[in-house]
Order: sequence, then structure tokens, then C-alpha cells
Amino acid sequence: MPAETRPPDAKAKLLAGLREILPSEAIIAQREALRPYECDGLPAYRQTPLVAVLPGTIAQVQSIMRLCSRLAVPVVARGAATGLSGGALPLADGLLLGLARFDRILSLDPLARTARVQPGVRNLAISEAAAAHGLYYAPDPSSQIACTIGGNIAENSGGVHCLKYGLTVHNLLELKLVTADGELLTIGGESLDAAGYDLLALLTGSEGMLGIVVEALVRLLPKPPVARVLLAAFDEVGRAADAVGELIAAGIVPAGLEMMDRLAIRAAEDFVHAGYPVDAGAMLLCELDGTPEEVASQLECAIRVLRAAGASELREARDEAERALFWKGRKSAFPAVGRLAPDYYCMDGTVPRGRLAEVLEGIAERSRRYGLPVANVFHAGDGNLHPLILYDANDPEQLRKAEDFGAEILELSVAVGGSITGEHGVGQEKLHQMCVQFGPAELACFRDLKQAFDPAGLLNPGKAIPQPRHCSEYRELGGDTLTPPSRRGGLDG
Amino acid sequence: MADLSARLAARVREASEQRQPLRLAGSGSKAFLSDAAHGEPLELRGHEGIVSYQPRELVVRARAGTRLADLEALLAGNRQMLAFEPPAFGADATLGGAIACGLSGPRRPYVGAARDFVLGAQLIDGRGQRLRFGGEVMKNVAGYDVSRLMVGAFGSLGVLLDVSLKVLPRPQQETTLVLEHALTDALARMNRLASRALPLSAASWHAGVMRLRLSGAAEAVASAAREIGGERQADGEAYWQALREQRLEFFDPARLGGARLWRLSLPPTRPPLDLEGDCLLDWGGAQRWLISELTPEVVRRAAAEAGGHATCFRGPAPEDGRFHPLTPAMRRLHQRLKQVFDPRAILNPGLPCRTP
Repeated sequence: MPAETRPPDAKAKLLAGLREILPSEAIIAQREALRPYECDGLPAYRQTPLVAVLPGTIAQVQSIMRLCSRLAVPVVARGAATGLSGGALPLADGLLLGLARFDRILSLDPLARTARVQPGVRNLAISEAAAAHGLYYAPDPSSQIACTIGGNIAENSGGVHCLKYGLTVHNLLELKLVTADGELLTIGGESLDAAGYDLLALLTGSEGMLGIVVEALVRLLPKPPVARVLLAAFDEVGRAADAVGELIAAGIVPAGLEMMDRLAIRAAEDFVHAGYPVDAGAMLLCELDGTPEEVASQLECAIRVLRAAGASELREARDEAERALFWKGRKSAFPAVGRLAPDYYCMDGTVPRGRLAEVLEGIAERSRRYGLPVANVFHAGDGNLHPLILYDANDPEQLRKAEDFGAEILELSVAVGGSITGEHGVGQEKLHQMCVQFGPAELACFRDLKQAFDPAGLLNPGKAIPQPRHCSEYRELGGDTLTPPSRRGGLDG
Repeated sequence: MADLSARLAARVREASEQRQPLRLAGSGSKAFLSDAAHGEPLELRGHEGIVSYQPRELVVRARAGTRLADLEALLAGNRQMLAFEPPAFGADATLGGAIACGLSGPRRPYVGAARDFVLGAQLIDGRGQRLRFGGEVMKNVAGYDVSRLMVGAFGSLGVLLDVSLKVLPRPQQETTLVLEHALTDALARMNRLASRALPLSAASWHAGVMRLRLSGAAEAVASAAREIGGERQADGEAYWQALREQRLEFFDPARLGGARLWRLSLPPTRPPLDLEGDCLLDWGGAQRWLISELTPEVVRRAAAEAGGHATCFRGPAPEDGRFHPLTPAMRRLHQRLKQVFDPRAILNPGLPCRTP
């Protein structure tokens, strides 16, 4: 029910109920105080919630869900709000459930290689805590300094090391989940599998629509003693893309394999002075990790392959400081590119690696057609593209073009057998493109799944899974003219 | 090579209209696990063939009736593998059966399980609709992860038509080490080794003998082997293959008598459970095979108290089925999921958990 049609006492009723559950300082109801909660890492979408709460115990979350079920108030969960698809966008008539106070690492078992954490623990904090035992938590989204594990689970976050070490779903053992009606379920466990259906897989990446994660047991991996990184420059993007395929064909699974095109290389170089080859058409960063012997053997092979693939320049980071610098350039590529134009729109399609060169050419052709520059920064190893469309949001014509261009890139990704989102999620942003990637039967299945967990539709309603009406409207329009793109993306990618 | 999708979908549609239960039938290699399922057989073996395979994509897509042995031979020819080492339990075992049962072999704790390698799946739901989820790319977070939900669902949520899997390069070299250790010491050592950056790819123990497999670059394997010590096993690969396929003497059905073979899935560091019977450890202690005459109640309680669960693999099926009973809340959730995919409960009814 939209806010304006909700009875005026709805907020009062909700607040009265919340005051019985939470101390008053954990309830935020003043309009000004709610401002910081009105958007996530995709600030083009903004909405002030009815009320925000910051519970600190699982029992409180259960009571809140029971209350909201009784009052039929929708609930949007929020971690660090670094998400790039509007997944944590509040609802005008809804409660925003902030999980920031669940910020403790409950236990760490070095022998079993696990950490039991609350959802508000920052991704990087897990690896920091595990470092003393020679362990780390593998998924490393670029926002890992800020993003929380609860949000990572909701989005099935990746990072630069996923080809070798997997996504969140591969590094998770157990979840404690509060359901829409306030029940507490344990999904998975300390063993490597659990009886029954693989609900852990279903829940990971479900964008807060099936339950509220209130605790997680994550797997830790032994930290590889050696990591070495190669920088390879190529005259053109197509050659670099082919080199990626050659590396994989040679039996190498790099820990990280990132590509940047000329625009991105120059922007990053200006920003951090990493010593990038500014005259190259494209550049690969190839990281190999493992035991010294394993890395030495792979490095030798990788150098041979990259030379044969036509690398115009090939350098190994001399020391740990230079390795960190090479990566710093890559990890700050988004903000670096952001300095080139008033705004940029970050896409997140994935494509089969073999189609990379063709898709990049398709993007370049569209860039010329729309007259908007694109910088490409992406996880080449797993085919996850992050084209950054540069534009000026104050110019309505450019804004519209950026939107259309972005939609075309996602549809191109689907057309070559890829996906509209590799790691940023659908959220509010890519609802229309879901209608391109999936048919009506699959979308109906998703809606039924949501209903199986949340019959009243109270958990993050309206996100991730489009309604049939959405899709028919979108198809009639023949393109995406409804979605405003991001003004300034977040840190992710 | 045949695509029987349309015919199979029509058959399921018809069964749905007539509320006729269907028992999904591959080669029957794992039928001993699904003996609770009843209904008319739905023959899936003819629906076979590789749909696409490009070694440099590290992805293979094959129809569910494809023989696992054929698929693995194709990959081996390109120096690649299904890294989760699915147990076949029969020469004609199919890919669909392997994924539906969701079993994984000795490499599982170190590289991942069957579900970790599934990238996409096409299936027929209980209404006879063809649905496609996931895809052939490494990263895909659009929509709920239905393809992984199918792994280990024993066909109760859908008839798998084809599956896309991530494959990995075969290690350059593998070596098996044999070391003598009492059970408690072996468990502790397996876990200590796994928490270090070593090229460990399997760890088992039985009757005082621990075996470790190392995989990777030749120099890396040699260096780790020197450090760990023990004897080299000459036919190492044959041993791991026999463990994976349950052809070791330990698994000999003749030994079973009236006892049951239990699969205990436990936290890997759990000390040995106080259960009477013969025990073999795989997965570095996370998967323990127990041959015991104890009642299902006793075995399951011990597994649950240790933070895991127990499946009755061989021997008489317990009254309430081979799989670990679910809590009432989880059972309700499972029933709702079954409703989503198979509202008339015609696909492998009775699996994986009985509905009252």
C-alpha cells in the first residue's frame, strides 16, 4: 500500500509496537534522521523509509518481523549499503531494518577453518581476524573495506579472485535466518552438507527477499604463501581478450585476471601512478598464487603464453609494494574513471570468455553511435564486464542515451549467452532486463519461490523479480526508457 | 545423441493431468538411494549428448542422460576434469543422476561439491513446463539460484534435461602418501594440513592407515610430499577411484550382513563418535562411513549431536527413509518448495524426505 493511502495512524501503530521491542535510541522516525538511509550505493534511487530500526539481537529481529507481519508493514534489510543495484532502497510505507549493530565475529576456529560472524561484520574484518592463523575469507569485492557479510550473502558477491576461489555461495557453510513471520531457521551447518534441499544455495544471492540473515558460518582458506602478479600490455582489446582464453587453455587458473582498456588505464594511471602502460590498447593483470613451487611453475607458463599471444610489454611486479600498486590502480579504476566525466553508469553483464572480443567491439560500436565514451574495467577471467558509460546527468539527452546504451549492453550480454548481472544483483535497477533474460515461466517460478518463503510479500517487495505487468510494458516499449542510471557508482567491481 | 526434451515434457504433462506419480529412471546405478520413490518409470537415458564444450571456457553443457564415463573421457582428452569427482556406482551412470543425487568424491573438501560446479540447468517441472536457469558463465546472480537447488534434490523438484558445469584443468601431477596414524591423530593431522597452503586434494583413513593425495605442479607436489613424509603409494589413483566408487574391501556388501552402511556428514574436526562399528574417513574427516548394526535412531542422534547428519546408504532402509529427518519447521519449508515445482507431487514422490 503506498504511503498516501495508508491510514495516518499506521506509523504510530508501528512505532508503538517497535517501542515494546527496542530501546528508543534504536528507533529512527524523524524525517531528517532518516535521510542517511534513503539510498544505497546506487543513489539515483532515493526513498525515505517510514521508520528505520537498528536492532542488536536475533530475538529483537524476530519480534520486529512478527510485528511487521501482524501490521502488514514491508521490511527492507540493509547492511553497509554499498550495493550497486538499489537492493537496499527503502519503501515509503516500509520499515528499514539496519543490521549495523550485528558487528561481532562470534568465534573463529582455525583448525576447522571457519568463522562464525554476525551479518554486520565487514568483509575485510573477517580476513583481518583470520590472518593471525594464516587464513583468510576468499570473496573480496572491491568494496570489501566497507561492505558487510550479510550484504555479500544477499548479493552472492564475488570479487577479483572468484575464478579460482569462488563466490560467496562457495564459501558459506551455515546461515541463521529469520523468516517473514519471525521464525528462526538454521540452514546448512558445520558439516560440508546438510540434509534436504540445498537451501543455502537458494538463499545466497536472494537479495533479502526470502529471509533476514542474522548469523553466518563462513569457510576460511589457508592464505597462499606466495602471490605474484604479471602486467601484460596489448595493442588492442581483442588481442588481450584472446590472451585470456589462451591462459585458461594452457591449464592455468589465475587467482585474479583483470582487464582494463585504454581509457581506464589512463584514468587509473593519472589517479594512482601505478606505472601502467598508457599507450597500450588494453592491459591484463594476471595474479598467480599458491606455494612457491606452484607459482613458479605457473608463472613460467603464463609468461610464455602471454608472449605468444602478442603482449607488447610484459612485467612482473618486482616486489610486494609494486604488486600492491598494480592492484591499487585496478581497484581504484572506478573512482579514477569517475573523474573523466560528471557522471558514469556502471554495467555488470557477464559473457562467455570466448565472446569477450566480440562484445567489446559491440560496446565500442555503440559508444560511437551514442557519442558517449565507455571505459572498460573488468574481471576477464570470469567474463564479468564492467563497462562504465560516461555522461552528464544534467543533460536530459545524455541521460536518456546512457540509459539506452546500458540496456543495450545488458541485452547484448544475454544475446551471447551471458547474464545481465554477474555480481551487483538485480535490485531495483535491472528489473526490466530480467524480462529479457528470463521467460514468463521462469519468472513465475521465482515469484512462487518468494511466496513459499514470504507468503504476504513483506520482505524487500518489488525488487529483483519483475511482475508480469513490468515485462509486458517493457516489451511494448521495445527498450528501457524507465530506468534512471546511477549518478556515481560505488566502490564495487 | 538425442534430444528428447519435447517428448519427456509431454510425458510429464500427461502424468500431471492424470496425477500419475513418476519415478525418474537413469541407469539405476544409484537406485539403492532412491528406493523410497514410487511411480511409473520415466526413462531418461535416451536424452543424451554433449550440447557444448569449449575447453577454454572451462564449461561443459550436456544432456542429463549422457553417460558420466563418456563425459569424463571427453574432458580427460582435453586435460580437464569434473573436479568434484562424482561417484558413478555403475558403468552406465548418467550425468543427471550424479547431479540429482549430488554426491561428490574425495576431492570435495578441497575444491568443492557437485553443487559448487553447477552453473546452469534446464529442467521439466511437475507441470511439464520446460524451465531454464543459470547459464554457462562463471558469475550470474540474476534470479534465484534454482540450478543449484536441483543438486541433491533427487529429482523431486524437476526432471533435469541438461546441466552446465564448470570444469577444471587436471593437475599436472598427483601423488598419494601412506602414513600410519591412530584415528584421533589422523583426524587432527588431516585438519592441520588442510589449514596450511599445501596442494592437498584428498585425505582418508581406515584401520590405522591415513592416505593423503597431493595434486599440482610437479615441484609443488614433490616439495609437499617431502615435508609430510610417509610412503608413496604406487597405484594411488586406483585407490582414490576405489574409495570414490565404494569398491574398497570396506564397502564389500558381503561384509554388511544385517548391518547398515551409514554416511555421516560431520564437522571435520569432530572427535570420533562413540558408535559401535567399523569406520572409514574420507573428506579429511568431514565424511565418515560407518558400518554398524546400531539402530537408525542411535546413529542419527549421535550425528546430529555432533553437528551433522546421517544417511543410510546400504542395508535395509529405516522406516522413515534413508535420509536424515528434518525438523518440523524445515519440513514445512521443504513441502512449500515441493509445491512450487511439483504441485501434484508426481516427481519421485517420497524423496528426499517423506511427506506425511
